[in-house]
Amino acid sequence: MKEIIKEENIVYKKSVVLTDKDTHYCPGCTHGVVHRIIAELIEEMGIQETTIGIAPVGCSVFAYDYIDIDWQEAAHGRAPALATAVKRLMPEKNVFSYQGDGDLAAIGTAETIHACNRGENIVMIFINNGIYGMTGGQMAPTTLEGMKASTCPMGREANHDGHPLKITELIAQLPGTCYVTRQAAHTPAAVRKTKKAIKKAFENQMQNKGTSFVEVVSTCNSGWKMTPAKANDWMVENMFPFYPLGDMKDE
Amino acid sequence: MKEVKLMKGNEAIAHAAIRCGTDGYFGYPITPQSEIMETLMAEQPWNSTGMVVLQAESEIASINMVYGGAGCGKRVMTSSSSPGVSLMQEGLTYMAGAELPCVVVNVVRGGPGLGTIQPAQSDYFQTVKGGGHGDYKLITLAPSSVQEMADFVEDAFDLAFKYRNPVMILSDGAIGQMMEKVELKPQKPRMTEEELIEKYGDWATTGKTKNRKRNIITSVELASEEMEQFNNKLQAKYKKVEENEVRYETFMCDDAEYLIVAYGSSARICQKSIQLARAKGIKVGLLRPITLFPFPSKPILELAQRVKGVLSVEMSAGQMVEDVRLAINGAVKVEHFGRLGGIIPSPGEVVTALESNFIGE
Ligand SMILES: Cc1ncc(C[n+]2csc(CCOP(=O)(O)OP(=O)(O)O)c2C)c(N)n1
Repeated sequence: MKEIIKEENIVYKKSVVLTDKDTHYCPGCTHGVVHRIIAELIEEMGIQETTIGIAPVGCSVFAYDYIDIDWQEAAHGRAPALATAVKRLMPEKNVFSYQGDGDLAAIGTAETIHACNRGENIVMIFINNGIYGMTGGQMAPTTLEGMKASTCPMGREANHDGHPLKITELIAQLPGTCYVTRQAAHTPAAVRKTKKAIKKAFENQMQNKGTSFVEVVSTCNSGWKMTPAKANDWMVENMFPFYPLGDMKDE
Repeated sequence: MKEVKLMKGNEAIAHAAIRCGTDGYFGYPITPQSEIMETLMAEQPWNSTGMVVLQAESEIASINMVYGGAGCGKRVMTSSSSPGVSLMQEGLTYMAGAELPCVVVNVVRGGPGLGTIQPAQSDYFQTVKGGGHGDYKLITLAPSSVQEMADFVEDAFDLAFKYRNPVMILSDGAIGQMMEKVELKPQKPRMTEEELIEKYGDWATTGKTKNRKRNIITSVELASEEMEQFNNKLQAKYKKVEENEVRYETFMCDDAEYLIVAYGSSARICQKSIQLARAKGIKVGLLRPITLFPFPSKPILELAQRVKGVLSVEMSAGQMVEDVRLAINGAVKVEHFGRLGGIIPSPGEVVTALESNFIGE
């Protein structure tokens, strides 16, 4: 082992912007992966001292435990309102919100749409795992038709439960946004693309371009009741056709 | 140089906010306080002091913008009226939980529900007994004149930062809309980040510098033991506020045989009532609480022990009277008189209430 673990052989290291805290995320959860991407970017871009994160309510409520920057913890869905004020009062700082689908597309729909529509010069990172992870797997606005959740145990039925909400497509229509993209984090290649997208989002903020919105289609293997590998396959087969990956807007 | 102007209570709030160096205002229109944001927008303080003024999409958004701004250590405020303040309760309990300073102005109107746009004092319970969930308190200032509308803005910020707690200015539609002369203070510069840190400590999210650990503004603590400890800390803070910040005013109490307790608009009505009553030979005085939390319980008890009866006058079905009764604890008879639904009691009605409750016996 000793012979292998040498500086020249190391291809991936823990970012110094990640804390030493043990993760509370389930094995296979993409929250941890996206946290790592963000930490790496903050390190690479040299913006640890000027970045302020806004954490959500949901599984990532403790995002601030992992990324070593200043954080504010928002009430459920209100992160875009906090981010608006933080950025307006300290325009020289880099501000991002980090939210799940329940947070961003259910209780926080108004705050999300209006922050994007005002073109707040912030980065919004949206983890869409199609379910309420933290509270035990209830239906989210983004739950697919036919997909099972604890509050739609027979599968979501549009007639009764409403249709899955493509909030990102909606946001792409708003003139305040400059960059709207949908990514994933299930393969090394996808992780690299997501990292590039988030980097671009931060660069847009530095250039005062308006709101950059990065959706990451994700799994919740605990909520979906699947193994991590099975959840990834299920996501590719079922989530990607409805939530296709790629840029929706890049201005 | 003294600058005396004639203006509405709401306008006075806006001018005072600019002049005391407020960093940000986030609001959503509602009668009878819309002039606060209208005045701010017209004055364009972003050009003069750099103050941010933004119309939010809702009261929920505005109070959460206030949360974000306060988390950066900035002096931020919002204003609304009763239905809007109901929507802000979420943000207020979160701010109390995250120990964030801010100023919220409630220009109260009659409720419940959409109610009326006329003045009332029926948000007393909501303001001083919680409003949102959890054990918390808002420091509450109750102005009774346009001058106090102006003066209390800076006072409220000082209290908010001293205790790292939200402060409510509990006004009403009468004081918000009435015009009076007001003396405005000269313009103060906004505090710089360094000044704020020097004065209040380095707790805000201004970017994690090399010489400190990261700052986290949060109210979540899943471990019950720690949550209890935090609650005890909050309660100790409220106790300190009670010991140090009680404010009130008395009027003709020296020889009084009866005492009226009233705040805000009601207190002004009662000053006239006292003149009318005294002309009839009824010796009555007034205690006007200026802080509703902390409530002036001790001075009320002291005065109550020297009189034959106490009348709590408020434009509600009887909310503050509960605190008056607690303060007096049975030492003397306490009654309530109020008009509801946006009606301001007339000075004569108060005298009649005094007579029928106490003198007629
Ligand atoms: C006002 C309020 N309502 C409900 C909740 C309960 N709650 C906590 S997390 C959550 C759902 C979060 O789901 P999502 O945003 O998709 O994030 P995930 O847990 O899947 O990462 C809910 C409903 C809450 N904390 N606050």
